[in-house]
Amino acid sequence: MEPVHFTLAGALAAMQEGAISSVELTEAHLRAIDRLNPSLNAYITVTADRALDAARAADAQRARGEAGPLTGAPIAIKDLFCTAGVKTTAGSRILADFIPPYESTVTSQLLRDGAVFLGKVNLDEFAMGSSNASSAFGGVVNPWSRPGAPLVPGGSSGGSAAAVAARLALAATATDTGGSIRQPAAFCGIAGIKPTYGRCSRFGIIAYASSLDQAGPVARTVEDCAILLRSMAGHDPRDSTSADRAVPDFAAACHASVKGLRIGVPAEYALEGEVQALWDQGIAWLRDAGATIVPISLPHTKYALPTYYIVAPAEASSNLARYDGVRYGLRVPGEDLTDLYERTRAAGFGAEVKRRIMIGTYVLSAGYYDAYYVKAQQVRALIRRDFTNAWGVCDAILTPSTPTAAFAEGAANDDPVAMYLNDVFTVTANLAGLPAMSVPAGLNGQGLPLGLQVIGRPFEEESVFTVAAAIERAAGFTTLPGMMA
Amino acid sequence: MSLDAKTVRRVATLSRLRVEEADIPRLQAELNGILGWIEQLQSVDTTGIEPLAGGGDTVLPLRLDAVTDGDQAEAVLANAPDRAGAFFAVPKVVE
Amino acid sequence: MTYILEGTTGPWELVIGLEVHAQVSSEAKLFSGAATAFGAEPNTQVSFIDAGFPGMLPVINGECVAQAIRTGAGLNAQINLWSRFDRKNYFYADLPQGYQISQFAFPIVGKGELEIELADGTRKNIGITRLHLEQDAGKSLHDQHATKSYIDLNRSGVALMEIVSEPDLRSPEEAGAYLTKLRQILRYLGTCDGNMEQGSLRADVNVSVRRAGEEFRTRCEVKNVNSIRYVMQAVEAEARRQIEVWEGGGEVRQETRLFDTARGVTRSMRSKEDAHDYRYFPDPDLPPLVLDEAWVERLRAGLPELPDARRARYVQDFGLSPYDAHVLVLEKETAAFYEAVAKGRDPKQAANWVTGDFFAALNRLGLPIAQSPVSADNLGALLDLIADKTLSGKLAKEVLEAMFETGDAPAAIVEARGLRQVTDTGAIEAAVDAVLAANADKIAQYKAGKVTLFGFFVGQTMKAMQGKGNPALVNDVLKQRLD
Ligand SMILES: [Mg+2]
Ligand SMILES: [Zn+2]
Repeated sequence: MEPVHFTLAGALAAMQEGAISSVELTEAHLRAIDRLNPSLNAYITVTADRALDAARAADAQRARGEAGPLTGAPIAIKDLFCTAGVKTTAGSRILADFIPPYESTVTSQLLRDGAVFLGKVNLDEFAMGSSNASSAFGGVVNPWSRPGAPLVPGGSSGGSAAAVAARLALAATATDTGGSIRQPAAFCGIAGIKPTYGRCSRFGIIAYASSLDQAGPVARTVEDCAILLRSMAGHDPRDSTSADRAVPDFAAACHASVKGLRIGVPAEYALEGEVQALWDQGIAWLRDAGATIVPISLPHTKYALPTYYIVAPAEASSNLARYDGVRYGLRVPGEDLTDLYERTRAAGFGAEVKRRIMIGTYVLSAGYYDAYYVKAQQVRALIRRDFTNAWGVCDAILTPSTPTAAFAEGAANDDPVAMYLNDVFTVTANLAGLPAMSVPAGLNGQGLPLGLQVIGRPFEEESVFTVAAAIERAAGFTTLPGMMA
Repeated sequence: MSLDAKTVRRVATLSRLRVEEADIPRLQAELNGILGWIEQLQSVDTTGIEPLAGGGDTVLPLRLDAVTDGDQAEAVLANAPDRAGAFFAVPKVVE
Repeated sequence: MTYILEGTTGPWELVIGLEVHAQVSSEAKLFSGAATAFGAEPNTQVSFIDAGFPGMLPVINGECVAQAIRTGAGLNAQINLWSRFDRKNYFYADLPQGYQISQFAFPIVGKGELEIELADGTRKNIGITRLHLEQDAGKSLHDQHATKSYIDLNRSGVALMEIVSEPDLRSPEEAGAYLTKLRQILRYLGTCDGNMEQGSLRADVNVSVRRAGEEFRTRCEVKNVNSIRYVMQAVEAEARRQIEVWEGGGEVRQETRLFDTARGVTRSMRSKEDAHDYRYFPDPDLPPLVLDEAWVERLRAGLPELPDARRARYVQDFGLSPYDAHVLVLEKETAAFYEAVAKGRDPKQAANWVTGDFFAALNRLGLPIAQSPVSADNLGALLDLIADKTLSGKLAKEVLEAMFETGDAPAAIVEARGLRQVTDTGAIEAAVDAVLAANADKIAQYKAGKVTLFGFFVGQTMKAMQGKGNPALVNDVLKQRLD
């Protein structure tokens, strides 16, 4: 077997048995990147030398019997995590040459646990998008395809998902503000979890919408996600919203039974066709595995997307004010300071980012704040209340991950609202701060992957892993993408 | 609520985004498309509902008063597009 | 009595409110671990948080919160157990994040009040609207280069308390008295050093004018006035300008202005001209600030005695005059010095010495009390030497002068210079007899009724004894010999 086909768990076990070294694994991935990245465009920056140095150090560490939970595992890092000394772009022209002098908490924990970073992977600019088309470094191609039509990998963590699906990394870090882990994971036929808000530190992750942003892993199995999340998670005093809670052994939860678990199925998502069929299939799998299926109601869920498109742009308009051409990043000269700001930001940001900044500015501006921003916060409270009520009768919730499978490049890009609808199933978990995972569950009629989503109670990622692993076992999803190392 | 061209210009100014006059109609249409869609929120009854701002339920943790950072002027200035010695430099501002 | 400015069309009243920005005394900044010390090299006290780098997050300094609570308690204000940080969004070269983290909707401290006292002894309560915590911005230097402004972020992120008064002030004197009193309280509390030259205390002055009995008219805000004297001048200058505008048939426009200290006038601030829309919203990086009530009460219980209470105690318990008490409590350091001198001694005598010869000497040297060459312990020791009759009052003054010159303890000076008072009756009698023997004519005049000559004999005797004779004993012996 080509080393790039290991799961993360398998690679760690093989290294521990001495069947393969980190250097061999890393070299295999670097070769795969060399070969496929020109067509996939998943990586913005490949740090081959650093990766090989780290792999050698990892092998030595393992030889000394000092291996950590991830020692020697080559993974990819979404280019939204600041990495000390390594260019970090957020997929934006405005940060095209930015080299952070600091490491994000999540990546420093991964380094602490021995991970080898292959490089920085592509994303929608500032994580704003559902197709990866808004990246200043070009779109990412989904390794899955339909005859004659290249497909998008989803977004914003499109590079993370494509790299993992195409075997250009064992796993990858990602972030999720409205569905940016789960939607690309579903589009690329892999697993991905957005943990509870506060589970992973946001320190050193370039902010899009601070009250919604959460880091999480994408990987080819549920268990791999669990292994990676354990290293990514944990309390960080440098993030005031970080939860001071112990990090459980998520991988252990993947082997637990769903017997006795109550799985909520919301009445509000009226679907038809393949996606509904897959959802029904998922319900049947869980019932067969011993779970109880309970109908639940999330009456405000239909307002989640418009709520999100007030809250997220509002926060983004403020979060992105720091990109002004003064201390770092792109500067376009101007007649005076204001002109410099306006030219720098006009040239540095892409169309979608500018749209969201303007929407955000507008909904916060005098006279509109109550009608838009406060209203959205109230609806957000109602959305969360829906979930709180649901937790009275169920332990986890099952929904589809996305309304469709991956679509062709350019297809939905003209209509922003049509693009936003991609996140219709995922965005509620961000607004309510809940853990939610997408797991590949089947194929549509065109042979493209579809995912199911499991949503859990706050800080109960373990039930999410248990349910997702049960679906994974039942689905037996083994189809591979067309483009793969 | 729908944005007129003047409001689009004002929002662009507040956002410090240079917008060419020729782009205003397109932007106006896009923004109005999004805002029109958002408008459906107005139909939700939110009487008496406390707004929810944050993502979590924590309260603000307090840090100790100790100097643990700074003394790194070079690192702070290293990415600056323009600097003058130990200062950042910008076009002259008139107060 | 109402303070009035006469216009050409009649009298005008002033309405003034102050927004004071007080730098919180703390080691580190409000949301980062960078230092706050004044005068460091540019950009050396800057964390990546203060410089608004991507992915950086604020974490609040608990001591700054404690300082705000202490200040609120010292102003008899409501402490809000639930408060929140909001972002105030605007672009400026020295505002790295593109927003200031402040408390707009829910400040940590609510309504309070402060009593001011005017020169004529009138007292007046001034309402405090609120106090909130916020970050300072960096510093722009506009005069270093022909076409560029330079930015130093050392101040960026330093904790400020913005203390807002009600528009209760009615004259430049009241504005000055308010700021003086506020500064005094902050310094007593140790929550702000009150150093106006270094910018630790700045005032935004809101001024409007009106005819007697009218509602408030449009106000203007004079920004960043950095001395009490300038605040008083700015109030008057701005009021006069507004009167001229109204009387000229114009309309005062609400705007932000600067006080030109050289010309004594206010002028419009160009950079603030375009209408702002700060788009305040709750900072999603900072959950609500929820205070433990027991902690608030512990902080309240730990407050030092404030100037008003201290002054009352000096009058009631120590028997000081209201004026002396007032002078002694003006500065926290002075009061502490005085109390150290007075401890275990006669408080009135201690007050006389501190406010008298001691202050006079300090003034001559132009020194603040913190740099006094004479310590409180040494001044106290001097009073002890008077009490045990080692020194006469006159000798003590001489010793104090020597103490200012040398910084030595009084006993050492007495020893070294042989300034010990002579209380040996024999020696005094000898001196008196010698003086009398040499002045037979004066004795005759004295006995003939010119009793004022008694002072002459005292003087001559003291002179003969190089001033060391115990004045009471000299008096006794002279009386005995002459009467
Ligand atoms: Mg102000
Ligand atoms: Zn302020």
